[in-house]
Amino acid sequence: MAGSIVSIIGKYTPRDKSNLIAILQNVQKKKGYITPEAVDSIANHLSISRSQIFGVASFYSQFKFYPPGRNSIKICLGTACHVQGGDFLLNALKSEIGISPNETTADGRFDLERVACLGCCALAPVVMVNDAIFSNMSVVKLKEILNQYE
Amino acid sequence: MNDFLTLRDKAITEWQELQQSPDPVIYIGMGSCGLASGAGAIWQLTNELLHQHKLNVNMLKVGCIGPCYLEPFVDIQKPGSPRVSFNNVNEQKLRKLIPEYLLNGKSGIRPLGHLGDSRETLDGIKSLWDQPMLKLQERIVLRNCGIVDPENIMHYIGRSGFAGLLKSLDLGPDGVIEEVKTAGLRGRGGAGFPTWKKWQLCHDAAGSEKYLICNADEGDPGAFMNRSLMEGDPFSLLEGMIIAAYAIQAHHAHIYVRAEYPLAIERLKIAITQLQKHGLLGKNILNSGFALEVHIKEGAGAFVCGEETALIASVEGERGMPRSRPPYPASSGLHGCPTNINNVETLATVPTIMREGGKWFAGYGSEKSKGTKTFALVGKIRRTGLIEVPMGTSLREIIFDIGGGTRKEFKAVQTGGPSGGCLSKEFLDLPVDYESLTGAGSIMGSGGLIIMDEDTCMVDVAQYFLRFTSAESCGKCTPCRIGTKRMVEILEKITSGNAEMSDIQTLEDISRTVKEGSLCGLGQTAPNPVLTTLKYFRNEYEAHVDQHRCPAAVCRDLVEYRVIEDKCTGCQRCVDVCPTGAITGPRSEPHFLDLSKCIKCRACYEICRFDAIAGDAIIIE
Repeated sequence: MAGSIVSIIGKYTPRDKSNLIAILQNVQKKKGYITPEAVDSIANHLSISRSQIFGVASFYSQFKFYPPGRNSIKICLGTACHVQGGDFLLNALKSEIGISPNETTADGRFDLERVACLGCCALAPVVMVNDAIFSNMSVVKLKEILNQYE
Repeated sequence: MNDFLTLRDKAITEWQELQQSPDPVIYIGMGSCGLASGAGAIWQLTNELLHQHKLNVNMLKVGCIGPCYLEPFVDIQKPGSPRVSFNNVNEQKLRKLIPEYLLNGKSGIRPLGHLGDSRETLDGIKSLWDQPMLKLQERIVLRNCGIVDPENIMHYIGRSGFAGLLKSLDLGPDGVIEEVKTAGLRGRGGAGFPTWKKWQLCHDAAGSEKYLICNADEGDPGAFMNRSLMEGDPFSLLEGMIIAAYAIQAHHAHIYVRAEYPLAIERLKIAITQLQKHGLLGKNILNSGFALEVHIKEGAGAFVCGEETALIASVEGERGMPRSRPPYPASSGLHGCPTNINNVETLATVPTIMREGGKWFAGYGSEKSKGTKTFALVGKIRRTGLIEVPMGTSLREIIFDIGGGTRKEFKAVQTGGPSGGCLSKEFLDLPVDYESLTGAGSIMGSGGLIIMDEDTCMVDVAQYFLRFTSAESCGKCTPCRIGTKRMVEILEKITSGNAEMSDIQTLEDISRTVKEGSLCGLGQTAPNPVLTTLKYFRNEYEAHVDQHRCPAAVCRDLVEYRVIEDKCTGCQRCVDVCPTGAITGPRSEPHFLDLSKCIKCRACYEICRFDAIAGDAIIIE
């Protein structure tokens, strides 16, 4: 476990903190979120403090500090999605799986994240589950789609 | 250089041969919007069907041609016939289409149009470019999107790619800047600063190390022009970057692209590798002695990084917080070196300007805004998608002639994203250029046009944008950090029916303070959605405050759902779909909606289709 983090970080020049965001992105790609152990290793490698790392990581909406679920739901709340009822979708989604954005269900089936724009505005509203984008969504379609994921 | 000329001749031949291919060719639109509409499954099924019918066909993935509402697109080119486009292709349609059109020569499924060289009607099929959404467009920057394979440099070169670069290397840096000046090109990211001036400042700045950054962070929610362009024609952006870097004599360039665009990133990476292979990037580009490396930096999700100094901080691995200017990036930017930052569309326009000449480009557009601009047409409009029109085209032409208008009554158009404003129908004849939009209290912005109809609540829209900017405020300066928060609080009071008339006045006062006192563009423009809706839709604010009523029936606290008993047939569809069990009742009898359990998710409203009119039996009041 620790070994894989070291192998990610080791590819970057020590003490060059301009790579911090890229390192964090790769850690998250591998681990699903920014683990406390990873923060320690990055701090060592770049010779910066852990708080500096948290300062940068918490600034950007991409980084997660909690373990993700087996399936990740991203609900788009861009302007077009909002105008086409994205808020209603989020509300229905929250009551359907019982969590709020930036949380993971107790059974680890889903985690939920709201994103600013997925760039599929012409097909709004859209929801992304893992890598699949579902377009022209409705509260009714939502239920059917969630059933496809275990 | 001679190597490139040989390559160019080969590419031109290859492109021509593809048009006259002895085997049929199938092109499938595989941009993000195509994929979201199911193009991935269509691609797979096409493969299977071709195999099943033992057909020898060349299959190509292309980008997005623009009319997203017609996705997925499948273009078929038979030997001796022009390429024709079929729209909204689903599994059923495809299963008929492939054998009928390819084997029998005729199909009951009509193509939308042909993509032949002439715009004449061929075999009873009109030119695709005569489709209402495409007819009024002028495609300069989008000329390759949806036409070529974005992962094949030969297609790009075969369609005059790098002719602009060749000319630029002939003219020298000063000549390039002069040509861009003649063209009158202004920043397509929204602010509209003359591009040549930016280049000149960076060109003249002292220092041997200089940087070029392409801002591909496209943070405006509701806008996807840059995504489509990078996915559909990454080479035009890269050629533009080489020319810009040459003009300012930078040897390192970064593309700061948002991580939410994985396909764009992948296509850019493929393009960069191909450019390096053919000596179009690297130590000695086309033997000119000019060297350039292009790196991709993935953004991590922060709207404020669209601001130049914040973007630079982010590229340096810091929190993306802006700093006060001067010094401007042109004299002290990335790592303290002179840096020039341009938007994707600005850079992707440059190759054509260089190829065709600045004068030619300046022939399009209005007096102070030259050339063409891409727009993302979204929201409550019939024909959604990406378009490119000459500057100065009126909002009416864009929304009604190109976009086909709205289904219900048009209410407003929002331009410029969170920094822009909402314009009412009185502004429909406004020519779209930098000055006119600013004059009306909005901005050009990067090109998102969100159309709203009578079902849109303008106070809710203002609240939406302020929640966004307040969440995205970096927190460095007080007017933006606290001001936007206070504005959200007042807007929430209004949309929940708890506000007084004096709150509207306070909202206006804070808006002015935030506008005047903020450090960067985010705060300075954040109040625009509030100010413009207050100006043009004040009656809606007053209805919320005075009558506790949301005229568009959007604001949840001011809306109640109920079953209209004499219309309800008791079909139980709403009972099945209600997530909280708020609707009950036996089959074939009018249902009952328990308001104490209702979470106003609108599922029942969506699913009810009794009397074939959706939402008729369950109304919002």
